[in-house]
Order: sequence, then C-alpha cells, then structure tokens
Amino acid sequence: MSKQYLLGNEAIAHGCLESPVDFVSGYPGTPSSEVIDILRVQGERGYHVEWSVNEKVALENALAAAWCGVRALCTMKHVGLNVAADPLMTSAYTGVTGGLVIMSADDPYAHSSQNEQDTRCYAAFARIPCLDPSTIQEAHDMVRDAFALSEEFGLPVLFRPTTRICHSKGDVTLGDVKANTRVGRFVKDPRQYVVIPAHTRILHKKLNEKQPGIKKRLAESGYNTFSVKGRDAVIASGISATYVQELLPDDVSFMKIGAYPIDEAWLEEFVRRHEKVLVIEELAPVVEEVVRQVAGCVTVHGKKDGHSPYEGELSPRAVAKIMESAGIRPKIQFVDADPLPDIPPRPPIMCAGCPHRPVFHAMRKVFRDGIYPSDIGCYTLGLQLGAVDTTICMGASVTVGSGIYHTGEESDIVSTIGDSTFLHTGIPGLLNAVYNGAEMILVILDNRTTGMTGHQPNPATGMTATGEATIPVSLEAICRACGVHFVETVDSYDLVGLETAMKDAKARPGVKVLIARQPCVITARRAGIKRGRYRIDPDLCTGCGLCVKFGCPAIEIAGEKPHISDLCSGCGVCAQICPFGAIAKEGRR
Amino acid sequence: MSPGYDVLVVGIGGQGTILASNVLGEACLIEGRPVKGAETHGMAQRGGSVESHIRIDGEYGPLITPGSADIIISFDLLEALRYKHYVRPGGKIVANRHFVVPTSVFVQGASAPTEEEIRARLGDVGLCLLDAEALAAEAGSPLAANIVMLGAASHFLPLSPDSLRKAVEKLVPQKTVGINRKAFDLGREAGAGCRE
Repeated sequence: MSKQYLLGNEAIAHGCLESPVDFVSGYPGTPSSEVIDILRVQGERGYHVEWSVNEKVALENALAAAWCGVRALCTMKHVGLNVAADPLMTSAYTGVTGGLVIMSADDPYAHSSQNEQDTRCYAAFARIPCLDPSTIQEAHDMVRDAFALSEEFGLPVLFRPTTRICHSKGDVTLGDVKANTRVGRFVKDPRQYVVIPAHTRILHKKLNEKQPGIKKRLAESGYNTFSVKGRDAVIASGISATYVQELLPDDVSFMKIGAYPIDEAWLEEFVRRHEKVLVIEELAPVVEEVVRQVAGCVTVHGKKDGHSPYEGELSPRAVAKIMESAGIRPKIQFVDADPLPDIPPRPPIMCAGCPHRPVFHAMRKVFRDGIYPSDIGCYTLGLQLGAVDTTICMGASVTVGSGIYHTGEESDIVSTIGDSTFLHTGIPGLLNAVYNGAEMILVILDNRTTGMTGHQPNPATGMTATGEATIPVSLEAICRACGVHFVETVDSYDLVGLETAMKDAKARPGVKVLIARQPCVITARRAGIKRGRYRIDPDLCTGCGLCVKFGCPAIEIAGEKPHISDLCSGCGVCAQICPFGAIAKEGRR
Repeated sequence: MSPGYDVLVVGIGGQGTILASNVLGEACLIEGRPVKGAETHGMAQRGGSVESHIRIDGEYGPLITPGSADIIISFDLLEALRYKHYVRPGGKIVANRHFVVPTSVFVQGASAPTEEEIRARLGDVGLCLLDAEALAAEAGSPLAANIVMLGAASHFLPLSPDSLRKAVEKLVPQKTVGINRKAFDLGREAGAGCRE
C-alpha cells in the first residue's frame, strides 16, 4: 500500500496491474491514451500489450483473450466504441470466461473530440454492466475489481471514466502489483462462440435472464450508495457527484450512482422516501429516466424539465445553478465571475516546423478552388489555414471525398489523412474509391507516428507498443494494392517537390495518392535531430508578410519586419516561401 | 468558500505547467494533505492556452470555480489576464512579466496588447511580477522558469518551502536538480518583495 499523486489514467493503469490484467489492447484516443502508454513501458511485464490498428480490432483481440480465460483490458475513447460496436453488441451474447473490461472514456464538453456521446447508453444497449467512477480513487478501485465482476457475470464490463477523471489528479492509495499466473486455454464450445441463428436466439434469452441478478448484485456493490437526510434528495453520477457533495446542504438526502444497470426496486425505495428528487448527471439522462420510471407522485427535476443541460460538462458552479433552479440552496454561494473581453485568443496551433503546414500551403496554392475533406488528428488544425472543409470521424476524409465526387461536383477534391488514421479506417475507403471509379487526390500526411494522442507507434513505424522492432508496412504498397496507379512520395519540407507532385496528380485521372513524409517535429526533436535555426535578414526583407501568413508560431512581427524566434526547428520552409531570399540558415551569410 | 486553498497554474502548452502542478501535488503528499487537480491534455496542449487546477486540502472535485482561486501562478502575462476572473476577491496573481504574442494576432493582422496595457488591466488584484526567463537563465537553464515561478509563489502557498524543495528535487530530471534548486531559491527571493 502506498499513496501517490497520480493522473486518473495512471491510477487506472495501476489498478489493472493490481488485478492483474493479462492482455491489453486498444487504440489511442484522448482522454484514454495514457493507460496503455503506461502499461506498455512497465519493465517486467507478464502480460501482452498492444496498440491495435483500430478499436474493432482491439476489442476482438481482447474478447478472444477473455474467451481463453485470461483477464483482458481494451481501451479507447467514446467514439472508438462506435468502431468497436459490432463485436461489442454480440460479445454480450457470447459472454466471457476471463474478465473483460472495456474502457471507453467519455469527453463531456468535447475537449478533444468530435461529439459528446454517452458510453452508458451503449452499456444499456448491449445489456452489459457499466461502471462510472466519481473520483480517481474510485476509478482505481473500480477497474481493479471490474475484472472479477466480469468473471462473476460472465459478461464484458464497460468502464466509463470521463475527461475530468482521466486527466484529473489526486492522492490515490494504491495496492500491490500482482504477478501474472494465468495462461490462455481455448475450450471449444460452438454453442457459445459460433453465433449462428440457432445459437444466438438462445444466447439472447440467456443474456436477458441475467439482468435481474446483475442489478441486485450492483445495488450491493458499494458503488451505488445513499444517505437519507430530509424530504429533498439529490441523485448524482460520475464526477458530478463530487461537485454535489461539496455543495449539498446538511438536510438534503444524497444518492450516488456509479454502477449500471440500476436496480429499480432499490432506487424506488429511496426515491419514495422523498417529496422532491433532483438528478444531476453529465450528458444523457440515463439515471433520470430510471428515477422517473419509479418516482410515482414524487416530484423529479433534471434534464427533462429543463433544470439541467443535456450538453457540455458540469462544474461546481453549473451544479450550484441547477440546485438553485430546482429549489435546493447550495452550501456555497459563488460570485459571478466572467472572463475579461478583448483578449487575443490562443488556440492550439500546429507546432513550429510541423510537417503538415507546408503540405496545406502547397495544397491551397495548387488547388485554389479545391474541396478539402480531412480527418481526425493534429492536422485538423489545418482548419486555421483554410485547408480543412470537412471532418466527421476516423477515415472519413477518403469516403467524404469520393462521395462528393459522385454527386457531379466538379471542383478538385483533395483529402488529407494522417498515417495512423489511414491505417485505422482509411484503407477500406480508398479501396472503395478506386473500385467505384472516383476522381480525387488523397494526401497521406505521414509523420511516422500517432501525433495528437502522444506519439504512439503504428504499423508503418516498424515498432510495436513495447518498443520492439516489427515489420514496417509500406503505405505505398498498401495504396498500390488498393488499385491506385499514381502513388508519389514527397518530402513534406520540400515545397517545390510538393507543388510539382500535386500538379502532376491534378493532371491525371482516377484516384491519386501523395504521401507527404517527414517525422513529427516533436518526435524528431526527441530523437536528437538538429537542423539549426533560420533567421531573416532585415536588409533583404521588404516586410511583404508572406512568411507571416504561413502561420508558423516561430515567425513573429517585431516592429515593421518579422523575425524568427527560438521556437524555430529549422525546417526551412519559410526560406522557400520568401520571394526576396531574405530567410536563410543562421551562420550561412 | 471551501476550507482548502485553490491554486490555478496557467500558461502556454509546453511551458511546464504540468510539472509545476505535479510539484504542488507532491508537496501535499509530503505534508500528508489531501489534494485534487485537473489539467489540459491532448491537442489543446499544442501551443494553446493551458490551465492546471490544484486544490490543496481538496476533498471533492478537481475544478476550481471562477471567482474563488486563492492564487493564480501565470507563466505568461497575457494568460494571467485571460484567467484573471478565476481569482477570488483579495486573491493573488504571481505572473511572469513577459508574454508571447499569440500567432493568431500576427496571422490575422490584429494588434497585440502591450505589457503596460496588460498590467493596467491586472491592476486591481494583488500582483507579483517577475522576470522568470532571466532568473531561470541565471539558475542555469531557461527551462527552469516554471520552478522560478513556484519559488516566487511559495510565499503565499500554505505549503512549507522545504516540502516544495523536496518535491522539486523528486520530480525534475536528476541532471537538473542543482539548476532547479537554484531556480526555486531565486524565484523565492524575487517573490519576497511581494509580501505585504
């Protein structure tokens, strides 16, 4: 036992080591990525750990491991669960013998996501248990115990921390790491593992028959608790429970929900002891709907009567407002405090020397009136450069491009996708575009890593999650195998090369692929690559501003003319942009 | 108000706000006190505005409510202004006197505020300004500016300087312990003048 100040995801990873977990798979996605990033660098490992190519692949691997009787963890962000939804829904039918915990991290307020979907709805849809921690300590304890719970029910368990759990910190009491002793054995049982109609009908019935027992067991799990204090009550779930606890008056009852499905009889007994019940939860009204089912003539407040929002994340102040609106006076009265106006925004931007920036620059030049479908990654920031027209989900840059083409739209279609995203779900879209005769250009922004989520390796990098060498797949070969005839690879820092290849691609029919290759500037720096700095000669500079418009954060304006700050990584692209030859490597002149 | 002490550390992605918040958390552990925190990860880190919430003696959630922070430690003067509404009446802002002009300003051709303008708008709170870069350079590395800032803020934190020093020594890379120890002390010296 020890106490440490840990990130939520660090505490979750440690909980898995205490269980202990035998098999780990997942795909990076904020806010879930650090769990595997920690598990993959542990020195002595008795478990398998991998970054899979996408969430469906990850979950199928983990499910197979759990069928073999070992404990498996599969991690992803909430939208990754959409990709994994196919195996998820039927894994509830087949069940598991070893514990299977699927961590799907939700992101209320979409801090780093394309939507605000609620994983608890998936759990209800699949009819499997869901654990929703309200503190980091609870996240640690829940995930440690979730494997045993999964084995007890013979079902996968969804574990749903939110951003404010994953990326919060706290003092956490940790247990001891246990040694791995289980070895997988696959016991053939076609009636369980071959879901032909004759089998699956029976499995579905069995899943439904498990539900009352699960509810009863979870009501006694210690994750759903209450204390009766008065005629009014607040029921809260997840992180919002801690906001409520800080604000709750002493004469108001409190119930915390951390495990689903909720036992209706148990809930009804609590609700019926009150005159008024306020439900506070982030995103979907999952708890509120059950409360309303059992409330009878008890007044229920929540999202459905407008006291609480359906969207965004909650905060102590938001919870105080909801309580006041529902007639429960919070213990703390917050003063109104709003941000000051007229402060120049500082949104995230592509780094100085980011290899994506010159590609977008060349694209905008060669395809002036082009349509630019894009994808999920750091390069979505190309929006700021006017080079991103659509983003919906992983892999959709290719398919949105081909879809637009087949409507008769005549503009050039230039899609952008990262290397990891292309391998995740981009390949089927490319295959489809070629097969169905689309005319478009796909630019693969190959920065040799999964950048946005913290630089995880992928199948093109030649390295596994644990740092071992593996066969690096060739993006060029994959594209050719999909039927693409024009596949050109260009250095992302070579503006002339980029523009020439783009013009060449523009002149040809069919689906064309450009692979713009240059390592992510952050990984390059960590690998010790030094290029030296560039500087602007004030005597040659005319102050035309072309380099400033390029948008590199290292180029600042000081007085009339720009200068290059020490953020410069030496990519040299600005020197290629300057029409007056005023930019050169330091020490060259 | 809650009985704990709420610290908001703000800056720009890459300036070391996360390490600084870890030092505060570690110092709480050394003193056996509960602590909660929340911070910015993921894409928002890429040169964007970042914030770390640290609630010393925190028993509940990790988020600090605007208008209730006891202190803001800002690694960039403009970011101090952006988060000023978080500080409680009578609270303190310890800030680096320099700031990085956001790239958006250059690209969109907008005008950037001057240091004087920012200072004037921060004028109605207890403000402690220091030259973090110069002090960090004096300590031996510009990368130690975050620890300089903690040293300056240490006069106002409910944690002993010894606990903070121990936490710094535990969390910074082994090779840089000497530099960071000096950075903390130089910051602490610079912050001494801000005490009433």
